[in-house]
Parts: sequence; structure tokens; C-alpha cells
Amino acid sequence: MIENLDPVILARIQFAFTISFHIIFPAFTIGLASWLAVVEWRYLKTGDEIYREVYRMWVKIFAVTFGMGVVSGVVMSYQFGTNWSVFSDKVGNVIGPLLGYEVLTAFFLEASFLGIMLFGWNRVSRKMHFASTVIVAFGTLLSSFWILAANSWMQTPQGHRVGEFGIFYPTDWLQVIFTPSFPYRLAHMVVAAYLTTAFVVGGIGAYYLWRKRHVKHARVMFGMAMIMAIFVAPLQPVIGDLHGLNTLTHQPAKVAAMEGLWETQRGAPLKLFGWPDQQQERTKYALEIPKLSSLILTHELDGEVKGLKEWPRDERPPVAWVFWSFRIMVGIGILMVATGFIAAVLFLRKKLFDTRWFQLWCMALTPSGFIAVLAGWFVTEIGRQPYIVYGALRTADAVSPVVGPNIALSLLAFIVTYTFVFGAGSYYILRLIGKGPGTPNNTYGDHGIKTPPLATNLGSETGGGKNV
Amino acid sequence: MFSFESFLDLPLIWFGLIATAIFLYVILDGFDLGVGILFPFAPSDKCRDRMMNSIAPFWDGNETWLVLGGGGLFAAFPLAYAIIMPALYIPVTLMLLGLVFRGVAFEFRFKASGNSRILWDYAFHFGSLGATFMQGMILGGFVQGIAVDGRNFGGNPLDWLSAFSVMTGLALVCGYALLGSTWLIMKTQDTTQGWARKCAAYVLIFVALFMALVSLTMPFMNEGVKKLWFNLPNSLILLPMPLISAASIVLLWRDLKTHEEYRPFFLSLGIFLLNYIGLGISLWPWLVPYEVNLWQAAAAPESQSLLLIGTAVMLPLVLTYTGYCYYIFRGKTSHESTY
Repeated sequence: MIENLDPVILARIQFAFTISFHIIFPAFTIGLASWLAVVEWRYLKTGDEIYREVYRMWVKIFAVTFGMGVVSGVVMSYQFGTNWSVFSDKVGNVIGPLLGYEVLTAFFLEASFLGIMLFGWNRVSRKMHFASTVIVAFGTLLSSFWILAANSWMQTPQGHRVGEFGIFYPTDWLQVIFTPSFPYRLAHMVVAAYLTTAFVVGGIGAYYLWRKRHVKHARVMFGMAMIMAIFVAPLQPVIGDLHGLNTLTHQPAKVAAMEGLWETQRGAPLKLFGWPDQQQERTKYALEIPKLSSLILTHELDGEVKGLKEWPRDERPPVAWVFWSFRIMVGIGILMVATGFIAAVLFLRKKLFDTRWFQLWCMALTPSGFIAVLAGWFVTEIGRQPYIVYGALRTADAVSPVVGPNIALSLLAFIVTYTFVFGAGSYYILRLIGKGPGTPNNTYGDHGIKTPPLATNLGSETGGGKNV
Repeated sequence: MFSFESFLDLPLIWFGLIATAIFLYVILDGFDLGVGILFPFAPSDKCRDRMMNSIAPFWDGNETWLVLGGGGLFAAFPLAYAIIMPALYIPVTLMLLGLVFRGVAFEFRFKASGNSRILWDYAFHFGSLGATFMQGMILGGFVQGIAVDGRNFGGNPLDWLSAFSVMTGLALVCGYALLGSTWLIMKTQDTTQGWARKCAAYVLIFVALFMALVSLTMPFMNEGVKKLWFNLPNSLILLPMPLISAASIVLLWRDLKTHEEYRPFFLSLGIFLLNYIGLGISLWPWLVPYEVNLWQAAAAPESQSLLLIGTAVMLPLVLTYTGYCYYIFRGKTSHESTY
């Protein structure tokens, strides 16, 4: 049986698995690095120890996350060759230099100054340490610039010609780097990363507030996160809308799949929910709002939206995946905007830090950013199928001449390893959160907490000793 | 579209740059991985803390050279990258998995306690050992030649596996252990340092043995290599290389019996450099031995030119701040956690 496995499907699953795992970490560290820079800046400005303690708690979480991001990222840089060698051969001329620039400008910067950020407290001046944090934050942003430029070229390729053996050659570098979808994708992803971090930090802050632990630190975390939710979350639907319009111009089949729309029509309805059926070419059980889809996509009530039947069957993406991922992403986006709105109202009523139900609400939304980021990438990556370079190179024609069992076994090895390693990573992050800020600097605490945090809390909440 | 093709031999420059990146990876991550290989044999937990602290600020930057090696090969020689990676699919994948365990062990070990700490000690050790052994086998599989069909790998999934590649795997384990132990001599003191000296002397014997073995096997595996090293006047021109290697080994052996703290590490680096150059001369000008040379595998001149500008600007900068980080964390390491 194992001999008959389809290498294309397996290579795709393996790429999807390893990249999905990987993106979780950058999505968090991009925002976290910038936020840590702000926290350290506040510390240098005010001299308030609270900021320093918040920094030292989160820099540990940053280190664990960053470490996992690095190791899962190294895997990615080799996977182009192991599983997608034909792709590498054909487009290496065009996107190879972009990835090269990412390593040269961003990876070394992040990796080197992370050492100072983590271990340099007593070895460099405060200013140099702050500079290191800023450099690491800047490095994460540079990295997203290059990798999204490469991805955007694959989505909306331009500035190249195709020569002998189907090899791509660059003809204009500025066109290759600044493709039509690039500015929107970059803005959408960076804001998504910032929001992901904000909701994690806010959720943990809410947890401390709810448990009445580390209240001073929690106010910093929760307050700063809510600033992001109030001012940045509403930007995301606007950027997303612009990105969507751009996709409609360049990849209309993807938009049709997002909408679950099969027939080209004027005044197309928005399908809130439904079940797209690829075989029967229709979306079953659809719950629709008339004309809304046309309004959103064309900004006219009777605008024409192309349906999937415009394309032959083998040119259509897997509709159900795109359709549902899109709804998950948008749903979370709405919840995030709502959070910002509620936070603003509570702030004006001076109840932001002591509304219990809102703390629970924010705790529930802690992982929301990760889910939205993954769902968003599912939309854009599955939505461009069956192409790996849109309109120019099919995914099925890009895979390595490697046999199925090889890929199947390595996929299994990746699944087992990642589950174990990243499971452990999550556990240690949860422990760091459980420990909280302001605990003694030495991790081998000499006169530190002797009873586990949980026990201490039980004691204080029940009035101490009543339940003994 | 600009291109420096008319006045520069771009493929040659890129060959030099990538060879440098891979060499920097080998020596820099080499001592990290070497420390990992020696890890469980250290006399105490305190020693292990010291060992870990001596490399914790650097490993991330060191591993980045591997990304540059892979990414650079992809960008500058996509055809070579597209043939070599599928050919070495299994050892590359296993190496990456080893590096995953090794990498996360740094972070997790500092946070773990009790039994789970021991778990990460072993993850660190076996991750380092496995990654090193696989890198050695990748080298062996590469040196013995790769079958090519058109623009693709044309051999079998297990072509890389042979007695020779097992030998190069073991050789690299000993080589990295030498780098790791001499690094520890430089960065630690007292018990740890004394133990590292003993380790270094022990693995040096094996390093010398494997160097002789590999040097003797290679000419018999390939006619070109044999011609290169065993024909006059080449033999005379190349003679200084084995001689300097032998002298370095003797000098290193004597240093290990004295109180020298810095020279052993730099002598080990020298031995690695000589081996690397020797290997480079033997394989010249192949990028996929013995099928595709470096000019055939080169990316478009425009692509190599664009990345060359970035490299000319960034590489000196990268080397400067990497050096700065090593300077910040200079001197002996303690066993205490510093963050």
C-alpha cells in the first residue's frame, strides 16, 4: 500500500504541516518583539520596576517561542529542495535572492542580538540592551518583508520571463519584489501578528486580574493589549477588504471559492454559512444575505461577481477548505473588533480593569490570533491551487522525483517530533505564565516561593486556612 | 536589468562565498554540536550547566550559517540544490530533526526541573550526535558522487548509504567533539577544563586516524582525485597540506599536556580548515560530484548579481556584529543561569 502513495499529496501535506507549525511562532514573536521594545522603553523612561519585571517574564516566553521558530524555520529552508526540487530548479533565479536577502538582512540580526537580549543584562549598558531589543524587533519585521515578497510573487507573479526547460528568469527586480498583492499581504500579516500578540498578552493579563495576582503587572499587560484592540483591530477589516479587492482583480477564482459562488451573477448574495460541494458544483444549505457579496466586492449592489463555473474543473481550488477557513478568519476578526469596542466603552466608564465577565471574554480569546492567522493562510494558499506559481506553474509539476514512502515516513517523523517538542514548549510557556512576573531573578530561587502558586491562591481566596 | 557578468566570474565568486558560509557553519556550529556530543560524559551537573552556558548565547547565530548555506545554494545554484536535496533526502531530514531536538533543549533545559531536565539533557546529546553523524554522512554521500538524470536526481533513495559515508559520519562526530572540547578548554576552568583536556586528547587520536583513512580512501574511489594528488608535479605542490596537518596535530597534542588555554581551539580550527581545503581541491570544480560543475549549476547572472550586492554590504556587517557578540560574552563562563 505504502508504495502507491501519491508523492504530490504527501509533499503538500508535509509542507502544510511544517509551515502551519512554523507560522505560529513568527506570528507571535513579530508582535512580541515590538511590544517588548515598548515595555523596555517605558522602563528606561519611567524607571518603574514593574515594566522591568513584565519584560523579564515575557522575554523568557519570547526565548522559548523564538527557539521553536528557529528550529522549525531551518526545516523550511531545506524543504524547498527535498520535496519541491523541480520548483527550486525552475524559480530559484527569481525567489532565491529574496530568501537570500531574508537570511542576510534579518536572520543574522535576530539571532545575534537575541543573545544580548537574553543574556546581556549585566554585560552591556541599559541603552545597548534596549538597542538590542529594538534590533531584534526590526529584524522580525525585515524577515516578514522578504518572505512575504517571495510568497506574493508566487501569488501574483510578474517581472520575469520563462526560458528553456521552463526556467524562470528575472527581468525586473522591483517588479518581482513589489508585486500587486505584496503591500496588502504584508500589511495584513504584520497587523495580524501584532493582534495575535496583543490578544495573548491581554488574555494572560486578564487571567492575572481575574485571579487577583500580580495586579500591577497585569494592568500593564491588559491595558497595553486593549490599546491595540481598540485602535489596531478595527484597521484589520479595512486592510483585509483592500486585500480582498486586490485578490478579486488578480485571483478571482480564489474569491469565488471564498464566497462559495458557482454561477457568475449580478447582485450576488453573501453566503453566511453553507456547505460547498465540489462534485455537484453548488453550495448546499446556504444561508444568504441578498446582494451583500456584490456590495462588498464591487462596492455596487448590482456588481458582477464571477462564479467558479467560469473555470474548468481542474483549475478550481478545493472550495470547502477556502470557504470555511475564510469564515473562521472573519469571525475571529469580528470578535477582535468587538473586544476593542467593549474595552473602549468600559474604559470610558472607568471599569476596564475590574469587569469580571470581560476578563473571562479576553481569556477565551487568548489563542484567537493564532487560529485567525492559520485560517487566513489556508485561504490564500489553498485558494491559489492548483498552482504553486499562480497561472504559471502547477503544484503537481513542481514536486521532487522522490518516492511516496520517503515522504510518508519523513512526514510521520515530523508529526511525532513536532507534537512532542512543541507540546513540551507549550507546557513550559504555561509554566512561565503560572509563575508570573516579579518572581526572583534567579530561576533557582533561593528564598523564593516555597509553596506552589496554586496552593497560595487557594489559601488567599478562601480567606486562608478555612478549608484545612 | 543590471548584471556584473561582463567583468566578474559570478559563479566562481558565489562558489567561494557559499564554501565560506558552509565552512563557518562547520566550525561555529561544530563546537556547539561537539559540546552536545560530550555532554552526558561530563563529571557533574554543574559542569553541564557551565557547558551549556558557554554556548547558549551563540548557538542561534551559529545555526543561521546553515540557513545561509542552504538558502545561498538555492539562490546561487538552484540546479545543484534541486539535485542534491532529493539525493540526500533521508540524512538531511534526520539532520533537521536532530537539530530540532538540540535547539529546543537549550531553552527547555533552563526551564525544566528534576526528571524532565534529564530528558532534555539527553535530547540535547542525541540531537547533537544525530545531527553531526548525519552531516558526516551527507558529506560522504556527496563526495562519493550523485547520479543525475536530466535536471533531476537520478539515483535511488539509499544511494548515499555506504561504508564510506558511515566512516565520514563517525569522522565528523570525532571532529566536532575535538572542536567542542577545545572550546571548553578555552571557556571554562578547574574541573570542567581538566576533563575537557582529557576528552580532547582522546578524540584527537581518532581524528588523526580518520583523517588518514578518509585521505587514503578517496583516491581509490575516484580516478580524478587519484590523478590530482598522486601525479608530479601536483604531489609536490600539494605536499605542504598533509605536512602542515600532521604538524598541527602534533602541536595540538603537546598543547593538551600543558596549560595552553586558547591555542588548542585555534589549532583545531586550523585542522578543520586544512581538511576543508583539501576536500575542496579534490572536488573542484564539481558542485554535484561528478556530474554538474559550478558554471553549469549557476543561477541567472542577474540573480547572482542582485544577491552579490546584498552580500557585499551585509556579510561584513554580519561578521562585525557576530564578532561583537562573541566579544560581549568573552571570558570564562559560570554555571549560573543569567536570565
